[in-house]
Amino acid sequence: MSTDLVPLAVIMLAVTYPTRAFGLLNPAIDRLPRRALEYLRLVGPAVLASLAAVNVMVASTDGRSTFTVGLPWLSVVACMALVAWRRNLFLGLAVAVAIAIAGRAAGLP
Amino acid sequence: MGFGFVYGLTARTVGAFSPIEAMAMSLLAFGGAAQFAAIGYVASGVSWPAIALLTFLLNARHALYSAALAPWFRGRSFGERAVAAHVVTDESFALAIAHFRRVGRFDPVGYWFAAIVTTMIPWNLATFAGVMLGDAVVEPSRFGIDVIFPAAMAGLAVALIDGRRALVAAFAGAAIGVLGSLAWSPTIGIIVGGIVGPLVGMATPETARAREGGA
Repeated sequence: MSTDLVPLAVIMLAVTYPTRAFGLLNPAIDRLPRRALEYLRLVGPAVLASLAAVNVMVASTDGRSTFTVGLPWLSVVACMALVAWRRNLFLGLAVAVAIAIAGRAAGLP
Repeated sequence: MGFGFVYGLTARTVGAFSPIEAMAMSLLAFGGAAQFAAIGYVASGVSWPAIALLTFLLNARHALYSAALAPWFRGRSFGERAVAAHVVTDESFALAIAHFRRVGRFDPVGYWFAAIVTTMIPWNLATFAGVMLGDAVVEPSRFGIDVIFPAAMAGLAVALIDGRRALVAAFAGAAIGVLGSLAWSPTIGIIVGGIVGPLVGMATPETARAREGGA
């Protein structure tokens, strides 16, 4: 059983723990510039949206990336709409999967 | 718990994580969005230093949670605060801060219950169940499992949008990510989208409601 990514988990702990401990062990967070705090606040939506968009809109074959349109778009949009409406990610994921299963059963790519 | 299950399933089917690797992430990194993102980074071939940078940026919001919890932990031992820091997550923070405000004081039982019993243990058990089931799935796309990762990323992004700036940052991150992927590679696109997107958001005037909320 592979353990190659365990060191990566340790690295992720090493870069995450300081952010979690910063305020509890040294309440100097107030001294960070306001713009730095604002940047950090916006990183989450930007990184997650970037990952989602690249995953469904870009297909890579033989080192070449091409723009792609397919059923996953519909699944992702449905999930986003449900999260925005009901604030329930699990419900959104369930519907996204259901759309993908139904779409593929109907022969959609 | 369901989300932890989906993480384990996706880690196995999309990222080809072994059960030990997926569990190590859940025990050590212990952060849903960062763990999900790591699946995408690994699958896209992003280098480990870049993953470390993106994980740091993605989890940097925990510093805000930690700072908000700090006044409630005043007078507690350094050791307790050091251990408490590891279990600061979106969920445990939301549960703990609501509990402290309700009872009007620090409540150690309430904090550890929220962080360990309702968050960390279910997350790890669900990860284990998900990764074990993922092992048994031969054709993930047939069961729609391949859409879970992008849908989870998009859904988490939507959940974090609390004003115009966050909305613009998300759209900019997505657009820059796709354009960067087409111009160079998905690896570079994801990194550039995540780093430049917030800058575009910051250049946008914030909504009045978000300003009043301290955003």
